Amino acid sequence: MTVLADRPVAHEHEHEHEHHEGPTGLLKWLTSTDHKLIGMNYMVTSLVMFFLAGLMALALRAQLATPNSSLLSFQAYNALFTMHGSLMLYLFAGPFAFGGLANYILPLQIGAPDMAFPRLNALSYWLYLSGSITMLLGFLVAGGAAAYGWVAYAPLSLVQFAPGSAPDLWILGIALTGFSAIFTAVNLVTTTFYLRAPGMTMFRLPIFTWNMLVTAILILIAFPILTAAMVLLFADRHFGTHIYSTAGGGSPILYQNLFWFFGHPEVYILALPYFGIVTDVIPVFSKKPLFGYKGMVFATMAIAALSTGVWAHHMFTTGVVLLPFFSLLSLLIAVPTGIKFFNWIGTMWRGQLTFTTPMLFCIGFLFAFLMGGLTGVMLASPPIDFATHDTYFVVAHFHQVLFGTAVYAGFAGLYYWYPKFYGRMYREWMGKTHFWLLTIGFWVTFIPQYVLGLWGMPRRVASYPANLGWQTLNVVSTVGAFIIGISFVFLLANFWVSWRKPIPAGDNPWDAHTLEWFATSPPVHHNFEKLPPIRSERPVWDYHHPDDLTITHGGAGANGKGHDHLAGAATVADAGDKA
Amino acid sequence: MASVVAVSPRDGESSSTVASRWRRRAFGLVAVTALPVILGGCQLPTFYGYRGSTKQGHDESLLWSGTMIASIVVLALVGGLITWSIIRYRKKSDEIPRQFQYHIPIEITYIIVPVVMVLILFGFTVYTENQVDAVTPTPAVKVHVTAFQWGWKYQYPGKVTVTGVTTEDPDPIGLNGGQCAPAVDCLGPGLVVPAGQTTRITLDSQDVIHGFYVPAFNFSRYAQPGVTNVFDLTVEHAGIYRAQCTQLCGLYHSLMFFHVVALPPNQFRAWLSSQQHLAQAASTVSSSNSTTKAAA
Ligand code: HEM
Ligand SMILES: [Cu+2]
Repeated sequence: MTVLADRPVAHEHEHEHEHHEGPTGLLKWLTSTDHKLIGMNYMVTSLVMFFLAGLMALALRAQLATPNSSLLSFQAYNALFTMHGSLMLYLFAGPFAFGGLANYILPLQIGAPDMAFPRLNALSYWLYLSGSITMLLGFLVAGGAAAYGWVAYAPLSLVQFAPGSAPDLWILGIALTGFSAIFTAVNLVTTTFYLRAPGMTMFRLPIFTWNMLVTAILILIAFPILTAAMVLLFADRHFGTHIYSTAGGGSPILYQNLFWFFGHPEVYILALPYFGIVTDVIPVFSKKPLFGYKGMVFATMAIAALSTGVWAHHMFTTGVVLLPFFSLLSLLIAVPTGIKFFNWIGTMWRGQLTFTTPMLFCIGFLFAFLMGGLTGVMLASPPIDFATHDTYFVVAHFHQVLFGTAVYAGFAGLYYWYPKFYGRMYREWMGKTHFWLLTIGFWVTFIPQYVLGLWGMPRRVASYPANLGWQTLNVVSTVGAFIIGISFVFLLANFWVSWRKPIPAGDNPWDAHTLEWFATSPPVHHNFEKLPPIRSERPVWDYHHPDDLTITHGGAGANGKGHDHLAGAATVADAGDKA
Repeated sequence: MASVVAVSPRDGESSSTVASRWRRRAFGLVAVTALPVILGGCQLPTFYGYRGSTKQGHDESLLWSGTMIASIVVLALVGGLITWSIIRYRKKSDEIPRQFQYHIPIEITYIIVPVVMVLILFGFTVYTENQVDAVTPTPAVKVHVTAFQWGWKYQYPGKVTVTGVTTEDPDPIGLNGGQCAPAVDCLGPGLVVPAGQTTRITLDSQDVIHGFYVPAFNFSRYAQPGVTNVFDLTVEHAGIYRAQCTQLCGLYHSLMFFHVVALPPNQFRAWLSSQQHLAQAASTVSSSNSTTKAAA
């Protein structure tokens, strides 16, 4: 762990015994500390979780297609939505971006050879994998998986109401993956602060990296609370404490406060990385720099700061929280979020837009998140929340937000960096088919749920009575869900085809902006043979388009001619690891 | 928002025209948001929501309609800008576009305008939530509602207790003394209240957290162990209002129905006193039974 002391430039000696041979195959997979391999492990594992959770969602939707359905038992339905939500949030959305993409991309974007703590990084992954397996084991024990929702509200999660070992496995799974997230956060913060290449100042960091940094800080604030809440829950279940049960003078509200003190930052822990992806992708396919770069950075920080003060907007209907305070702070989050929207639009403004698959997914994100965000503003108003809390209106709202981020933006990132990961191109037409099917399915699934919610259909119900007029919209929603399901066949087929019949992608197929596109595809061990000079947040663009540098304030420096900005190339050319 | 349209640093529009256009737009938004109050509101579309069968729920409905209208405006503006960018700026040549990055006046505008909008919404929110949560010192009747897995218990003055579980209606009360109908609205125990008068509900739970939710009232509140919530409902018209537990409470959560029966005040008094007589008779017969019940 001496890495801290060394900037990547001057450490020729450090790696003189650099070996490329090393173990291969299974042993390599088990023992590697390469951030790229660990990132890939994260991505593959979290995608498996995504597909499992998606299949569960289809089962849930199938159940709801008919009133008084008996396709699934009540117990099975409750267990399935609990596991669907838990897998999607804890094991997919977070780890995919934060463990997977960040691990792979962040060191590349800042010109670092690896993460600051490579072995800790490996530990993070193994904790995550074991936590995931632990949680899934709930399906195999007597009584079936945990069935108290992804929030595990006490007293429902206490042993009187949730007996058996599945809830314990769930709690343990959360604790393990929570530690994994904390370690990754420590790693990313350290890496960003200490391993930036020469010239990579904080205000030249790509927004993806910025967002990961802010997310990491949020994780350090929020996840320890979750872990503590889980430990206390476990103590209540097994050691006879009464922290969350009224029986011994405890307080169920305490659980909600602790949980949401984690839970709302968590929403942004899930969202910010995906905003980062979108903010990296849109400029590339608009052929322009990000509009309002600094505003974007401050907006991200503002969102993170505000997100620690809004947790009780999930508790408006408890009757015990200070409504105006939490409502105002929640509403204010709309402001930095608005800034982001206008910056994205400003980036596309007067650009030359190409609609590759990643760009299409980003546009899908914009619309999904616009709707999800607006309905979120509504829910931040307590009287409106009173009318819609725990109904399908909320289900529709958070799916539009989470789907917009984790699915639209997440898969935008996957398609965008796919050529970097494998040095080969995916098939555009399949990607576009995926996008259009997904988009049709997405809106067909979730728009009817808003209406159902306004009509009064509660969430987390395994059945609903006939004659309420709820069936038609539920059928529509189910059909949409299956269209979403089908769309992912094209993703898998795409990967399969490009695997079997590779089309070489080259190092920088998108004419992209950030350092990862200067590395080979896939990047070599320890990433860079050489680095371009870093004079802005777009070093690779500057390198390839020396005549079209960013126009800074007031339109000065309309072009880069005359600036000898390439002079630095030689000095930093060997910055990377030579081995 | 629309000012992004004016982004071009080239088109030389003076910042004062931008500002005045902005003032007009902001004013327009304020007007749109204030509309519900100005119009007295009842004619506003409800966008699939309930108009609100209680005084409190009606207030919520106005806020909802106003917020929806404002949101639709924002949706149209931002969605329109995105759509416009996609269509107008799709790639036409290999020419590299102008690499502009900052435009401070515009960036400041789109901070200030959302702040103003949010504050307006916040003002209406606080006003409405104070209306909704206000409790009168003189309710016409007080009912203690207790939720449990999986049913509801209503305690009225004079030892009257109505208990019902899941779908069964223990004591079907319809309007005008008839049977409860339509059946789908009458699942679970009926909470009988006077129409046109204020009912004080005291709400708690015996076991886990439940949700007291009456869709037509635009209102829900958790029923929690260890917390006693107090609120008023003023049902405006006689009628039957279906209702349901909304907070996941275990296996039969989806069957934890109830409904509110709002009777004209005289009918309500008659019902209550008949129940009180019954309760008195029952308690003299088996006092031990009712004490255990009360203790529970
Ligand atoms: C493939 C598309 C999806 C479909 C069809 C779907 C469907 C569903 C359904 C039917 C429920 C249960 C609703 C209820 O009974 O209250 C649910 C809950 C949930 N979903 Fe999804 N979902 C999808 C994608 C996602 C994604 C991408 C995420 C997050 C990244 C997500 C997160 C959640 C969460 C957190 C819950 C709440 C679980 C709970 O109530 O405890 N879903 N979803
Ligand atoms: Cu309940």
